[in-house]
Amino acid sequence: MAAMPKVSNGKADPGYLADLLVSVGRDRDRIAFAELFSYFGPRVKAYLMRQGAGEAQAEELVQEAMIMVWRRAESFDMSKSGASTWIFTIARNKRIDALRREKRPEYDPDDPALVPAAAEDADSLVEAAQQSERLSVAMKSLSSEQAELIRMAYFEDKAHGAIAEETELPLGTVKSRLRLALGHLRKALKEYQ
Amino acid sequence: MPKHHPSEEILMAYAAGSLPEALSLVVASHLTLCPACRAEVEAYEALGGSLMDALDPASLDESAFSSIMAEIDMLDSETEESAPWGGAMPLPRKPDMEDPSLPRPLRDYLQVDLTALQWRKVMRGVEDTEIELGPDGAKTRLMRIQPGVAVPKHTHHGQEVTLVLEGGYSDADGHYERGDVQIADPSVDHQPVADVGEPCICLVVSDAPMKMTGTFGRLLNPFVTY
Repeated sequence: MAAMPKVSNGKADPGYLADLLVSVGRDRDRIAFAELFSYFGPRVKAYLMRQGAGEAQAEELVQEAMIMVWRRAESFDMSKSGASTWIFTIARNKRIDALRREKRPEYDPDDPALVPAAAEDADSLVEAAQQSERLSVAMKSLSSEQAELIRMAYFEDKAHGAIAEETELPLGTVKSRLRLALGHLRKALKEYQ
Repeated sequence: MPKHHPSEEILMAYAAGSLPEALSLVVASHLTLCPACRAEVEAYEALGGSLMDALDPASLDESAFSSIMAEIDMLDSETEESAPWGGAMPLPRKPDMEDPSLPRPLRDYLQVDLTALQWRKVMRGVEDTEIELGPDGAKTRLMRIQPGVAVPKHTHHGQEVTLVLEGGYSDADGHYERGDVQIADPSVDHQPVADVGEPCICLVVSDAPMKMTGTFGRLLNPFVTY
């Protein structure tokens, strides 16, 4: 069995992470998987704990999520999403399953009822590989207050009203700041805008 | 293409995984019919990915990786003969139904085609049939309104979210057709009138009083002021 390699926990290049995931899917590459694990395992755990999982449960769910990553890696398409996004959705679904005990209805890309996107819509979105890069640059350009508002809205299931109470900001201010911050991030995801 | 969409806050909550099951069913069905909102949700998922990336990593138990590899070894040896690697893991599918127009997420909750559903009469020209969700699910049902029928003025105890599947209706706020989503505030006097022509079939989620954890109401309240 491969030993866990010493990989830095620091920032990793999104393109590199996507390549690792492709190697796992295509070649069942265990070294690549170990690297993915050392980068994402601790982050998935941090995410789950931020969502209210206890230490032991988070640990268990990380394992389940990473096994799912191994099993599903072949369906990862780097032209459609980044590795972080793809693994985030797996962790998210594990969380819904385990912490909320609910189903998560999702659309099916092969559904005969699916209304396809017009071709130009698909083009207007930046390639997935660049997407993560741009997003993280855009995130860094937010004020720490804006970034925290977004984290609260996104990771703590907090409605705008609850955020307003907690930050002691007027609701209208929370809304407009969140909207501004999200608009800024959205811009990073679209070309020529 | 639909003209009335779930709010950005709802789409973000769906991507974040914090939307309750009943509303997720509305969103997933809407996404089937709305490429613009699919792109929005993908962007919000990418946001989730980069937010997760930016979290301070939590330390993992040292045995975590070897437990995973042990499990993977076991999985690999089990599946070696039966399925070549990477065979997509098929979701359990309901038997094929005749009506391909029903969005798949919704079809998965029904046992039969729309035409074979057992409808319950609510009033003249209005019928419904309940959809079973998990234990904490809000009241979720399909409604069928005959052409031209006006549903009497009503208010709700909580918000009511409607997705049009067939036909259409109008009320004071506008005209709604296949794929459109309406979020009705409890304070709004709401009197939908079905279009003439064909019956209007909608997916309707109402806030279940008291039983909810509160997420549903908390989530929705701020939206309607958008």
